[in-house]
Amino acid sequence: MKGDKIIFFQIIIILLLICLFGFLINNLIINLIRTDLGFNFSWLLKPASFALAEHALPYSPSDSYAWALLIGWLNSLKVIFVSLFLSTILGIIIGLSRTGNNVLLKIISSFYITIIRQTPLLLQLMFWYFVGFLGLKNNFINFTNLLKINNQGIEFLGLSLTSEFSALIIGLSVFTSAFIAEVIRGGIISVPKGQWESFRSLGLSERNGLIRVIIPQALPAIIPGLTSQYLNLAKNSTLAIAIGYSDIYAINDTIINQTGRAIECFIILLLTFLILNLLITNLMETINKFINKKNFLY
Amino acid sequence: MNTIIKVKNISKSYSRGLLALDNVSLKVNQGKVLVIMGPSGSGKSTLIRTFNGLETFDAGEIDILGIKINSNYDERRIQKIRKRVGMVFQQFNLFPHLSILDNITLAPLNVQKRTRIDAEEFGMYLLNQMGISMHAGKYPSQLSGGEQQRVAIARALALKPELLLFDEPTSALDPERINEVLDVMRKLAQDGMTMVVVTHEINFAKDVSDQILFMDSGKVIETSTPDIFFSNAKHERSRKFLNQLDK
Repeated sequence: MKGDKIIFFQIIIILLLICLFGFLINNLIINLIRTDLGFNFSWLLKPASFALAEHALPYSPSDSYAWALLIGWLNSLKVIFVSLFLSTILGIIIGLSRTGNNVLLKIISSFYITIIRQTPLLLQLMFWYFVGFLGLKNNFINFTNLLKINNQGIEFLGLSLTSEFSALIIGLSVFTSAFIAEVIRGGIISVPKGQWESFRSLGLSERNGLIRVIIPQALPAIIPGLTSQYLNLAKNSTLAIAIGYSDIYAINDTIINQTGRAIECFIILLLTFLILNLLITNLMETINKFINKKNFLY
Repeated sequence: MNTIIKVKNISKSYSRGLLALDNVSLKVNQGKVLVIMGPSGSGKSTLIRTFNGLETFDAGEIDILGIKINSNYDERRIQKIRKRVGMVFQQFNLFPHLSILDNITLAPLNVQKRTRIDAEEFGMYLLNQMGISMHAGKYPSQLSGGEQQRVAIARALALKPELLLFDEPTSALDPERINEVLDVMRKLAQDGMTMVVVTHEINFAKDVSDQILFMDSGKVIETSTPDIFFSNAKHERSRKFLNQLDK
């Protein structure tokens, strides 16, 4: 009797979902007819006719919208992967400082995590851009041409980064690192205290014990949390538009303004983000499986 | 005769003013076995754990193998002690992600920087001694409690320690598994290993120990030979404890 009831409710819910979806599709079609644009992607091949400050591949305004979108994606990927790397390193350092024995480091890292986690990312990006970079003098840091930091951005060993890119990766990395630090800390405190005593009593140094005993056991608890932080980072990178960095979202926005192709643009954005995040998830799952296989049976 | 452990008037208080250790002194000579007994919460675990720096203390001095430590936690000295003193825990604390042999070779490889061949050869020798060499490639979770504890003893022996500390080594074992661990410990004592053992195993204490140290609420109530302690304990408190154990 009870099973029948559950099936009945499930059917009702599915019907409601179909209705909702149909309603949305209907709205879409009505609007497409009203704007007289139709639904197609042929406009992708027309010239974009807007300039982009940052492009990893050659780009000029006479290139197509499709090419502009690709440039946008490359700009986004650049930000996502650099921030992913930096936030992980920073997160590990801060997470370890918070679990370690050094009282000063503990206080500093707790303070860092609290401040960063309790304030909006948008605000932090604005801060790094307007206060952090645009507020700098022309010659803020100039270390014999090896490292230059000023209101134009960062120049390091001939590699020059714009102030928008620099502010974005610093903002995203700092923000994400605070969350990663908590994930790391959670993983480490999930390892029983006896394991610490055990490696210490064997004369292993703290560093050695951490690497060989604690972290291998903490990883299965860390990886899932880390994955969701990486996914957040990828999605948060679209806030680039706020400080004028031409990432995929900003370029999409420009294209929508120019062509009115909001639906197609959003579909492109949606699908490409979906693919990217599925890739990240799969990669992390592979890593997780590898770790669990290595430590099988516990 | 060489003195391995010399503890002079050590005290430790918890934040609420409770004394975990209250002016404890003791001495253990080379090749001797000291058994520490006492009701739970009497400070016996705390005491044994100060010997290798797993637990700090507030006053007094400890001399282990000629290395002196006091209330200032001197990490370098404690590290020196740990390289020469082995410890076995109630919960075995084997590394679950490492095979049995890797558990044993971890410290020789990373602390003593021995070669892998050398470390594994000695590891296999120790497992043989413990009667569990057939489990070398398995993981801790595949072994019974008694087997795991014997691995833990082998792991403690891998650094060729001059002193072994046992913190209630049989308390987490099924009753029928206790003897296989005690037998190994008996053999170690016969071979002349200096040992400090926190335990409730009366028979082991009677047969193996050279001295019994009885503690209650952080204080040493009495130190006697096992003959005297079990037949004619000096203190009322000790006799009461023994009566309760018998029941």
